[in-house]
Amino acid sequence: MVERVTELMDKPQFIRNIGIVAHIDHGKTTLSDNLLAGAGMISEELAGRQLFMDSDEEEQARGITIDASNVSMVHEYGGEEYLINMIDTPGHVDFGGDVTRAMRAVDGAVVVVDAVEGTMPQTETVLRQALKEGVRPVLFINKVDRLINELKVDQQEMQIRLARVIDKVNKLIKGMNEKMYNEGWKLDAAKGTVAFGSALYKWAVSVPYMQKSGVSFKDVYEKCQSGDMKWLAKSSPLHAVLLDMVVKHLPDPTVAQKRRIPIIWHGDKDVSEGKAMLNCDPNGPVCLMITDISFDPHAGEVATGRLFAGTLRRGTELYVMGTAKKVNRLTQVGIFMGAERIEVEGLPAGNIAAVTGLKDAIVGSTVTTLMEMTPFEALKHYSEPVMTVAVEAKNMKDLPKLVEVLRQVAKEDPTITVSINEETGEHLISGMGELHLEIVTGRIKRDKGVEIITSPPIVVYRETVTGRAGPVEGKSPNRHNRFYLELEPMDQKITALIQQGEVSMNQQALERRDVLTAAGMDKEEAKNVRAIEGTNIFLDMTKGIQYLNETMELILDGWREALAGGPLADEQVQNLKVRLVDVKLHEDAIHRGPAQVIPAVRAAIKGGMLMANDTLLEPVQKIQITVPADQLGAATSQIQGRRGQVFDMQSEGDTMTVVGKAPVAELFGFAGDIRSATEGRAMWSTEFAGFEVVPAGIVDEVVRAIRKRKGLKEQMPRPDDYLA
Amino acid sequence: MESRTGPAAPSSCSHDGCYRPVPGCRAHAANRGPPGVLIFVGLGLYDERDISVKGLECVRNAGHVFLEAYTSRLMGTDISRMERLYGKRVQVLTREDVELNQEIILDRARTADVAFLTGGDPMVSTTHTDLRMRAAAAGIETLIIPGASIASAVCALSGLQNYRFGKSCSIPFPAPGWFPTTPLETIAGNRTLNLHTLVYLDIQQERYMRVAEAIELIEAMAERSGTPAPDLYVGIARAGSGRPCVAAGTGERLKSVDFGPPLHILIVPGDLHPMEREYLEMFAGL
Repeated sequence: MVERVTELMDKPQFIRNIGIVAHIDHGKTTLSDNLLAGAGMISEELAGRQLFMDSDEEEQARGITIDASNVSMVHEYGGEEYLINMIDTPGHVDFGGDVTRAMRAVDGAVVVVDAVEGTMPQTETVLRQALKEGVRPVLFINKVDRLINELKVDQQEMQIRLARVIDKVNKLIKGMNEKMYNEGWKLDAAKGTVAFGSALYKWAVSVPYMQKSGVSFKDVYEKCQSGDMKWLAKSSPLHAVLLDMVVKHLPDPTVAQKRRIPIIWHGDKDVSEGKAMLNCDPNGPVCLMITDISFDPHAGEVATGRLFAGTLRRGTELYVMGTAKKVNRLTQVGIFMGAERIEVEGLPAGNIAAVTGLKDAIVGSTVTTLMEMTPFEALKHYSEPVMTVAVEAKNMKDLPKLVEVLRQVAKEDPTITVSINEETGEHLISGMGELHLEIVTGRIKRDKGVEIITSPPIVVYRETVTGRAGPVEGKSPNRHNRFYLELEPMDQKITALIQQGEVSMNQQALERRDVLTAAGMDKEEAKNVRAIEGTNIFLDMTKGIQYLNETMELILDGWREALAGGPLADEQVQNLKVRLVDVKLHEDAIHRGPAQVIPAVRAAIKGGMLMANDTLLEPVQKIQITVPADQLGAATSQIQGRRGQVFDMQSEGDTMTVVGKAPVAELFGFAGDIRSATEGRAMWSTEFAGFEVVPAGIVDEVVRAIRKRKGLKEQMPRPDDYLA
Repeated sequence: MESRTGPAAPSSCSHDGCYRPVPGCRAHAANRGPPGVLIFVGLGLYDERDISVKGLECVRNAGHVFLEAYTSRLMGTDISRMERLYGKRVQVLTREDVELNQEIILDRARTADVAFLTGGDPMVSTTHTDLRMRAAAAGIETLIIPGASIASAVCALSGLQNYRFGKSCSIPFPAPGWFPTTPLETIAGNRTLNLHTLVYLDIQQERYMRVAEAIELIEAMAERSGTPAPDLYVGIARAGSGRPCVAAGTGERLKSVDFGPPLHILIVPGDLHPMEREYLEMFAGL
């Protein structure tokens, strides 16, 4: 097997890099395992029970996938062998970050949808992530047997229901990217971009395969009804149907990179690395994007990533962009086969690589043989950390180990942020929700063997301004340097462009200016963007000020420090536009050094934010609950009783689906409450829905509580506290 | 009156006509406004005995003595020797104290005479103009007793004419994201006018920049901006001490000279006048 894999590695037209994405419990991992079994990677008996892709003990115990896992396999189609590099991704919303990363590595996605449940909120989320990355989708409608055996639909009803699922997915694709939809990404059973089946019972059908196998929908219906799915698995096996679809309809790296590079990389397409990536050239400079980092007890840190150009070999000397220009030398080069890593001689462009020796890389790093290269676009997470727990080592002697483990955890999972509370010395871990944090802290105890004590989770807030202020004068401690700043809220349109990655500092300045002016930004402002941090922007509107250039990085440091903790509650700042309008500097460099400039700018921004009506934002989750009609009242009151809002109710047969939203602060214990309120008959899911202003009636109380918890002065801050 | 070990305070002021009355001078007590004067005293260059006689009188008579020890440092002495000479406790101030918590100083000066000591001269390369303005704004009288400054000492030790110095500059220890190249621009600007540049070297806590480090930083700036580095430097160590070190030459040569302990300072000269050249040949090994 290994020999066949390595033989195909350097023939990009015979490679498919794919991801499998779905809503939780729609059967991704079962599908992945059975594909592997079909391809001869694990025994057929074990597949489906073993959950090969779930290599983490906790994953197997909980029956859900936590991390994205990688595997390579070989499939024969039309007399040729193809190498399929596959990534299984988690469906639970708390792990959305992994999906984003996986989509950067692959070119095509198999979207799995449960035939009974239909598309769910996370189907939409993962599909959006795929399209955003330029990843082409095909559809697998799973659990078709349940339609027949549990819902007892007749043959005609079955076809109608399946068609409805396809329509819904198509509607989503069209809404997210109409251009690609019209250019052939529309899913069509007749063309073979849709397959139907049961991952658990290892069969599937598609229109093209039906012509080959002679198995019809009528056979499917009858065999399911009679319980003879073994026959289906034999006559129309899952892996053959699915992998045929993958090979025929999902693009190979040479085709995909031509389309995807302009989306994920905004450098100059005419330079050597640009050309090499567009052509998937194994002889060009190495251009590797790291999408995952894991820790192997023997090899240490293993970095996984998509190789867009060049060839990796043991000993290859690489640079990690955004770090000190130190050479990182590869010690091992390989590919993943499930939990196993197989070493290879050389790995050419178009593959998913697993390497050791990249000491300076983190998830999202751009790695190259060049000294200088425009980095890939940052991985956009559609969910943001909304909850924090404080952890401390049970035994003081474990503290150094805990620090090291937290560093590893943060490296492995970029949706986690780890920070230190300067006041108390506690380590804080922020993540996507209660479950996410439980898993992370559980893993620290179990895998890393550090006994820790965890605090109850705390909600993460944000700060932003709702008015304007300025020019505000920030004075340096020696008062010889003065900075004059204007503050105002960001235009929502521009914020959206930043979030979608349409505007970034990696972009060519001209291109960025054009996008910003097209979105309505003033031309002078668009020309003078000096930095973007989150959804905050810094504009230098001054002209011809001596020494400003070499001071700018310090000014931006002060700005970033203010953004890391606003004046109200020391929470992260978002959607703030700052204009630097004038500067007075001391003649001598020492008197305008870091100790002078950083505090001056930080104070001006914090004081200015208070003058511009700084306010608190809280994370909000979208909630979807499906219940039997007679439990509707119980379900809606679970949303409304939590400062929530119901905005849609739909009935399908005797079940009702309620859609609403509620602040995360009110959702603690939601899982238990909804279960007991509906006698355990509710199916529900939540999804991050952004940050919203904390209602005026309670904002003071919330701010005071945060300030108290953080050991800040309980008294509400005033601009004078910062602008003496 | 506080107890002290030094000589008694003068009974009358010996310097009238130069400044407003020296605090503690009984002859002028009648002219005094409200109690409390903030007196900036320059300590001169090297050890506790470089203070002026007038400055010493002020310190001995002051109700409280502060020492600002972050912009410059008297390398030839220490706090206990200073206290012995002054007959006073000396309170050392950090940068934060002086820049952010001036109230510590101003509060004292509201009720008693306060001596604020700095190495060299209080107003030359440091930034205590701010403190004087704040004191004045708070209604506190101020007085300045100058001290010998490195700016004039370098002329003596190098023989370079005071008239030919252009803008001076300082070289900071670089910080992450911050490597100013303006010192080199200042040097180049002076050079085009054929002037000398006095280059102050950074002091951070227990870290003192040395001549060799400074030359390396200047050469790094030159490489970064693609301009040639200067070909002649004069390095000076421990000005004001009995054993100063002065050496002139190329960057290559000066980097190999052992200047000994701090403080160090550097000059980048313009074209040398014959007298300047002879002086450097005689006293600086040119």
